Amino acid sequence: MAVTASSPTSALGRLSAFLYRHRALRLLLMLGLPLLWLVGLYGGSLLSLLVQSFFRLDSFSGTIDRTPTLTTWRDLFTSANMTVAGRTVTMAAAVTLFSIVLAFPLAYYITRYASRRVKALMVLGVLLPLWSSYLVRVYSWKLILAAEGIINWFLTRLGLDGALDAILRLPLVGGPSLSVSYLGQFIVFVYIWLPFMVLPIQTALERVPRSYLEASADLGARPGTTFRRVIWPLAIPGVAAGSIFTFSLTLGDYIIPTVIGDSSPFIGLVIYSQQGVAGNLPLAAAFAFVPIAIMAGYLTLARRLGAFEAL
Amino acid sequence: MKWRGIVLLAVIALITVACGTGADSGDDGGATLPTEIGEGEGQVNIVAWAGYIEEGAVDPNYDWVTQFETDTGCQVNVKTAGTSDEMVALMTGSSEFDLVTASGDASNRLISGGTVQEINTDLIEGWSTVDERLQNAPWHTVGGKHYGVPYQWGANVLMYNTEVFGATPPDSWSVVFAEQTLPDGETNKGRVQAYDGPIYVADAALFMGVQNPYALNDDQYKAALDLLREQRKLVGRYWHDAFIQIDDFTNEGVAASSSWPFQVNILQAGGAPIASVVPKEGATGWADTTMMHSKAPHPNCAYEWLNHSISAKLQGDLASWFGSVPAVPSSCQGNDLLTAEGCTINGLENFDKIKFWQTPTEDCSGAGGTCVPYYRWVTDYLAVIGGR
Repeated sequence: MAVTASSPTSALGRLSAFLYRHRALRLLLMLGLPLLWLVGLYGGSLLSLLVQSFFRLDSFSGTIDRTPTLTTWRDLFTSANMTVAGRTVTMAAAVTLFSIVLAFPLAYYITRYASRRVKALMVLGVLLPLWSSYLVRVYSWKLILAAEGIINWFLTRLGLDGALDAILRLPLVGGPSLSVSYLGQFIVFVYIWLPFMVLPIQTALERVPRSYLEASADLGARPGTTFRRVIWPLAIPGVAAGSIFTFSLTLGDYIIPTVIGDSSPFIGLVIYSQQGVAGNLPLAAAFAFVPIAIMAGYLTLARRLGAFEAL
Repeated sequence: MKWRGIVLLAVIALITVACGTGADSGDDGGATLPTEIGEGEGQVNIVAWAGYIEEGAVDPNYDWVTQFETDTGCQVNVKTAGTSDEMVALMTGSSEFDLVTASGDASNRLISGGTVQEINTDLIEGWSTVDERLQNAPWHTVGGKHYGVPYQWGANVLMYNTEVFGATPPDSWSVVFAEQTLPDGETNKGRVQAYDGPIYVADAALFMGVQNPYALNDDQYKAALDLLREQRKLVGRYWHDAFIQIDDFTNEGVAASSSWPFQVNILQAGGAPIASVVPKEGATGWADTTMMHSKAPHPNCAYEWLNHSISAKLQGDLASWFGSVPAVPSSCQGNDLLTAEGCTINGLENFDKIKFWQTPTEDCSGAGGTCVPYYRWVTDYLAVIGGR
């Protein structure tokens, strides 16, 4: 007797068939919870913060006056705040560029030259700092960069402390010691975010077929030309993806400027201060729009360069 | 496509409405004063300055929490804050904390915002032992009602490195305000620090000789800001966290800074070449009061702690640890950790010389005239730190 496909009789089977027939319900069940998280918890809390920027802080009692107003937005566009934004964007850009310079050779070596075991060890090495606490790493760098710290000690032993003093006397980036200067902040930022730059570049480089490089050499290209014409264009998506990490993370960071540097405010620090110190949540919320706007522009640019193709 | 947009807009509108009319702080609900301390709730959450509430973690001799926890069954949870503004933000932002050790520049804000509740002083056994100058102090007594129990008081001292100053210790705040060559032959540029709380504008005003540094008219305020902008070029880093400052004095070669006796004590205990002084211009200071949140989740344990906070042993131990002066003068005697001269060393006689922190208000604290209110201090001081 032929076995026909009859309706299943088990409960689970019936449920499965029901869901198969009702596509909308199936989607709702599958996406419901994640969407609730994303839109409700994440998007909702972000939105409730940004809505605060249309309120105003009562000057004495420190409570928020919830009548919609634009006075907080007017307080946002002062030269002091624009300086803060400019300072943060400059630092983020510098960190991103230098991270690319450091990460690219490293990623290239991991992809092209490392044997399988060495490759695994190197990727592990790049990821290892991420296993320890962020604060521990930042405070350790404060000690390393200090005037009495190990870098100073080492350079003195080598007789190079004159060079260090000359660097610290540079007008903008120098300071009394490495730990109290933009240069020190820059070093710590690059260190902290480097893993986030190495890995996307390495992923992108993995996808460059070896045959392309050989073909390029066969056609008479020198290594420099091969790099410029073949490798770099193919690696750009990875570089853009990594730069999104380093740029946005530097833009919003408020812990490193607190511990390292000369207390000059960065965007994250101003938002933190305005909310925590001044209780001025409306101004903090208005200021939060600044990195959002900057990142929106940056992401559009990155999308043009193909950063999201690597996903 | 149309549906997605509509659903998204609906969600956004819903959330905006929900938080626009969201939970408001401050509504007291017309609570009446408790007449007795009931059963403990098992824990008490306190917002405090670093070093104010110790349970022997740093030095086992300094522990005034463990015995309290055993006696009352109330677990003490401490949240440290670096500035008064942080404390105000923590207390107004949630009703998670029961108590706060508020300085005078936070206490009035908390009272007028309805964030703290009136204390029934009949329930505080040792109330009569509290220093009479503090019992009805304006920063915690408003309209005859007491809003807290005094805890400690002290000055913002000038802490300096004795190796830099050698035989000529500093006697003026000019070492942190004016560029000069220090006794060790090097400039003070990059080797001094300043407090990163906006209340520090009062220290600049004090250095300029203003009588009440918390009631500044526009001219005095502008002059103070100019002084602070000059100071910005000398300051290496603005200090916010006591322990980061301790690290800076140890590892960064900082020569002088305003500080609390707490950091001085810890550095000296570690053998560092540090000393402190109250300069000839005087000093700003703080007189802290433990206040209770108007919606404290553990009111009975809070009252237990309030009673414990003015017990003689705690007051003496804390004064010895922090370098402050107890709110209960009798605790100066008979404490081994504090020793007989402890209170004098910590500045017992300086009470009248100290300009205690208070919140600058537009009405010059009731003295008449127009003064610059605190929210402008905040914005302008943050700008000064930013180099503007």
